[in-house]
Amino acid sequence: MSGDVGLQILLTVAAGLVGVGLFGALSQQSIVMVMMGLELVLNGVLLAAGAAWYFIAPDLPDGQMLAVMALVVMAVEMAMGFAVTVAIYRARQVDMVDAARDLRG
Amino acid sequence: MVTDLSGWAVTAVAVLGVCSVACGIAVFVVDSMARATFALLASFLAVAGVLLVLDLVYLAVVTALMMTIEMAIMAVFMIMFMMNPAGLMPMTMVHNARGSAVAGAGVFGVLVGGIWTIDWPVRRGAVPVDATRQLGEAIMGSHMLVMLVTGVGLFATILAGTVLATARGRYDRFGADLTGAKPDDPIPGGLPR
Amino acid sequence: MPDMSPPEEAQGPAVLLVVVVGLALAWLVAGADRFAVTGGPLRSFVEPVRSGVRLLLEQRRTTLAPDRLLWRVGCVAVPVLALLSLAVVPIGGQTLWSTSADLVWFNAMEALLWAAVWLVGWGPNAFHALTGGYRFLAQGLAYELPLMFSLITVGVAAGSLRTTDIVAAQADLWFVVTMPVAFVTFMVTAAAFAFWGPFAAPVGPDIAGGVRSELSGVDRLLFELGRAVFLGAAAAMGAALFLGGGSGPWLPGPVWHLLKTIAVVVALVAVGRRVPVLRPDRTVEVAWMVLVPATVLQTLVVAVLLISGFYPG
Repeated sequence: MSGDVGLQILLTVAAGLVGVGLFGALSQQSIVMVMMGLELVLNGVLLAAGAAWYFIAPDLPDGQMLAVMALVVMAVEMAMGFAVTVAIYRARQVDMVDAARDLRG
Repeated sequence: MVTDLSGWAVTAVAVLGVCSVACGIAVFVVDSMARATFALLASFLAVAGVLLVLDLVYLAVVTALMMTIEMAIMAVFMIMFMMNPAGLMPMTMVHNARGSAVAGAGVFGVLVGGIWTIDWPVRRGAVPVDATRQLGEAIMGSHMLVMLVTGVGLFATILAGTVLATARGRYDRFGADLTGAKPDDPIPGGLPR
Repeated sequence: MPDMSPPEEAQGPAVLLVVVVGLALAWLVAGADRFAVTGGPLRSFVEPVRSGVRLLLEQRRTTLAPDRLLWRVGCVAVPVLALLSLAVVPIGGQTLWSTSADLVWFNAMEALLWAAVWLVGWGPNAFHALTGGYRFLAQGLAYELPLMFSLITVGVAAGSLRTTDIVAAQADLWFVVTMPVAFVTFMVTAAAFAFWGPFAAPVGPDIAGGVRSELSGVDRLLFELGRAVFLGAAAAMGAALFLGGGSGPWLPGPVWHLLKTIAVVVALVAVGRRVPVLRPDRTVEVAWMVLVPATVLQTLVVAVLLISGFYPG
């Protein structure tokens, strides 16, 4: 970027995504909306990984690998989230985290 | 740290970065579930755009591809499970909003503090000619173990997800003694059996 | 960077070229399609233009409480995505936008169509339109993986995801010779993602036109245009990926590519219009039980051929 703060600016944007996603994941009552919050957090991770690759060590593939891992985690989170939502809805017709409070150990 | 992003690239990154966060906020503000889903997709596409500017073409288009399909499926689930999917009346479905906001803002503050106080390492090396090739060679070479483990993890996810989501097992399909010649499925499927 | 895209100052004309080529392909597809359906005179090639102009002048009607923002976004996105997918198709030896992952780009534009078509179905707040949108998603689950595998087969053989490299790799032998399964799968999935012919269930008459049932005027024009451009872009892409693109004797490259594209379109229309519309719930099982294993085997065969040094370069 113009100067030497490109990495910091992009990481700040990523931190913004993480913060917003965390707010959503903690505050939403619907399981699907909680998943959307988690996706936003991972979106921030993805952006941070890409920025770190570009601004720190573009000659190494590790930053890209981290981004790939973020994508994989998103896919797993999404698939398992949908499966759990379907399972719990089938069992007791709820899709709210509050109604599943008794699952806590 | 001198980098080679041109003027328009800096502008694009700035606009896309603001877009991604704004769309992320919109996810939890809009009433319509369809709009929330596609606001999240817009946030992903903005991040994909930033990756595109950073020369990570493969990661950018894979992000766009995966997230679009995910969000299209997500939309189906949102409409299926949420009340008021079209947002025709205002609603809030939140708990502990104040605590969550404090947590979100707190984490953001800590991260930003760290980001701007850490002495970041000097950039080493240059952007490779073909970032896609760099990633591909890493996956098939030095970082193969990562992809092997990931593949097993994804396979386990497929199995676990199917087991969790389906209510029907083989006893439903082939009878209590598993002697049915043809599976008894609610939807017959396309292949002759 | 071995960049085959035109230099900075030629970007404007290149964009225009892609738009013109896209419109021409759309006209070709729509005309051939109408010719096959009516079995009729050459007037069928005038008909798409005529109905296009009529839609341009038609007044837009709307529904009760539509989600206008998402509806418009969906309608505009369909043709834009179609043109963006055409941007990585080599025209005259170069692409408008050359990336190191052209094939994935093409695939991603097609994936974005999932969202766009669903939005067109969701927007008008109408039952039949939304049903069509859901049908398209169900169909998408069927065709997506076979499409990905057939694209990656080409990438494996060429050792590159760049379309210009892929065309260059076919200088000696067209890829269709060693990967017929991938070619057929690609053309079938192309018909599926343009939801045309046997895969037209999302716009089926049994749900009153489905996704497009509430579209009128410019929206309908954009939507139909996008579908036709997508099908034309897929035919041009198929000609480039499997039939050697612009390679051929005597004639210049672009003419060969055009002739091959026309041949693919004609074959697609001639076969596709003879098959009845398939139900999406039926296509999913066929895709996963037949097409996915077939394309995986095809990729395996190509990989073995590649290791044994069959492909040059």
